[in-house]
Amino acid sequence: MAENSSELFDAGHRACGGCGPALAARLIMKGSGENTIVVASTGCMEVFSTPYPETAWKVPWIHSLFENAAAVASGIEASLKRQGRDEHVICICGDGATFDIGMLCISGAFERGHNITYICYDNEAYMNTGIQRSGATPYDADTTTSPAGKCSTGNARPKKDLPAILVAHGSPYVATASIAYPNDLVKKVERAVNTEGPCYIQVHTPCCTGWGFDGADTMALGRLAVETGLWVNYEIVDGELEKAKKIVNRKPVEEYLKAQKRFRHLFRPGRNEEEIAKIQAIADRNAKKFGIDIALKK
Amino acid sequence: MMKIVEGSHAVAEAVKLCRPQVISAYPITPQTHIVEALASMVADCELDAEYICVESEFSALSGCVGASAAGSRTYSATTSQGLALMFEVCFNAAGMRLPIVMTIANRAMGAPLSIWNDQQDSISLRDAGWLQYYAEDIQEVSDLHFITYRVAEDHRVLLPAFVCFDGFILTHTYEPVDMPTQAEVDAYLPAFKPYQHLDAKNPISMGMYATPDYYMEFRYEVDRAMQRARDVYVEAARAFADQFGRDYTGAVEGYRLEDADTALVAMGSICGTVKDAIDEMRADGKRVGLLKIRSFRPFPAEEVAAALKGASTVAVLDKNISLGQKGAVALEVKDALYGSGIPVLDYIVALGGRDIRKRDIAKIVDLAEKGTGDMFYGLRTEVL
Repeated sequence: MAENSSELFDAGHRACGGCGPALAARLIMKGSGENTIVVASTGCMEVFSTPYPETAWKVPWIHSLFENAAAVASGIEASLKRQGRDEHVICICGDGATFDIGMLCISGAFERGHNITYICYDNEAYMNTGIQRSGATPYDADTTTSPAGKCSTGNARPKKDLPAILVAHGSPYVATASIAYPNDLVKKVERAVNTEGPCYIQVHTPCCTGWGFDGADTMALGRLAVETGLWVNYEIVDGELEKAKKIVNRKPVEEYLKAQKRFRHLFRPGRNEEEIAKIQAIADRNAKKFGIDIALKK
Repeated sequence: MMKIVEGSHAVAEAVKLCRPQVISAYPITPQTHIVEALASMVADCELDAEYICVESEFSALSGCVGASAAGSRTYSATTSQGLALMFEVCFNAAGMRLPIVMTIANRAMGAPLSIWNDQQDSISLRDAGWLQYYAEDIQEVSDLHFITYRVAEDHRVLLPAFVCFDGFILTHTYEPVDMPTQAEVDAYLPAFKPYQHLDAKNPISMGMYATPDYYMEFRYEVDRAMQRARDVYVEAARAFADQFGRDYTGAVEGYRLEDADTALVAMGSICGTVKDAIDEMRADGKRVGLLKIRSFRPFPAEEVAAALKGASTVAVLDKNISLGQKGAVALEVKDALYGSGIPVLDYIVALGGRDIRKRDIAKIVDLAEKGTGDMFYGLRTEVL
């Protein structure tokens, strides 16, 4: 089957059924095309897509370390330039590799202005090592290192605003996307790889194992994140917000929270009104900041 | 052409002649003059290379990994803390069989902070799968770059390599150096032909993850490559000697060793001091010689055993220490001489830039002949 397939991220990987990141990889490759070199950090995707001697990648692919994808990509880009080659160089890395341990290398690569596209598949925790908190983990999420407990409501800090940090680096194109909106993601990747300079895309990729939902509901979860305003799909071009996906009659965050085990402590034994209100406030702030609300009479 | 040149500039000049396509480097004392000189050469279009001004040594070597994997000849230089920051990438570069060449301006490791010379930095990376060559003087360190690129990039080897020389003692010293012409180096060092590389027309996956069913075989292959590098080095150094008349074919080199009772063993610039001390001791009728180690990885155990077989006492000068054990070179020499019955005494010397002079060498020979060894030589005991 794989032999006749036109997928660049293809059969042969070992992701969970309903894996958000695996779908992201497929869509990213549709956007970038076969003239692409992929640099991957250590993470879930590396482990499920390249168990030696198998690989799911039909483009050149290199994994180096957890934290240095952006620096390796810098070297590849310099090498291609020297040889007069024109492949797209893209990093596909998880949120732990991006928000936390890889920040130094990302900052360096963006400041130097390499012509690379860095894509973070954001499943909001360290998922291949057993669901620990990262800088991308949302407020109140229960993870193994930010567990909800007698005196804890889960992760105590809000998600780091990494896109804003990379906008501040002067990136010509910073975007967020979601696998629940596949065409939008493909188009954004296409745009990024054809934009000169260091571009960044952060893709929301629900993780059924880490978040605790049925693998059949991955797309629905992704949509709910956008429909509640907890995730906003937007594009910032040369530092200016160009477009953010509008939402008609934004849904209460509760719908999204209730669907996942990582937030179940907010609903039992009793409903934690205070915490749910704080999360609703995060969504409301997002909506205001990006101007996404469209209210229609029901 | 002979000219008087600073050690760092000689290295930069030699690197330029090797035609690196990508340089990825971060400045750190006492390596700084090397990368500054290369940056100037690129700025003046004397050197046609991409120079990546990275934000750390970690990214410096990571950039080399990417550039080498994409098929370019790649160079970096570092020392001490910078090398320590590269630790993880060093193992990775070797495991992915990327023939990156990196100059190490040897310097002590902190704490306490020291910018001065010893060889603790590169010695501490001895198990990372990099070839490690040590130079005695500036002519040797510049020449070793030509040879090292040829060895590292040979398809029988494909391993990264350190060319080590002593910080300040050589980096900041001026010596007469015979620098070859570009045409001569081009004739000696062919263009980099990667065995395989990242290329959209012929996709491969590199650096995948391996289960216990496969991991050991990768490590075995790196070890075999290291073993093969012994012969490849000799070939490359012999070709260099034939073309340039300077002979580095020995992984070790003896000095007045043939009839020596007491043999000293050392690496790097200290060998020059030792040779002078030996000449003086010889004039006094002492039968003393030196075995200089040029290749620390792979370690030339057979050559060491053969060279030292006539000695009645062996005294190793170690500018490093494997804390809780002994100096790293002494351990290697003991291993090489295992079963020979020849006593090997270890002297930890000149750590953190402490001076070591001819009279210290003579004292160490006296200590060794009395059977007193395995010590930090020259400790100032009043602060202990």
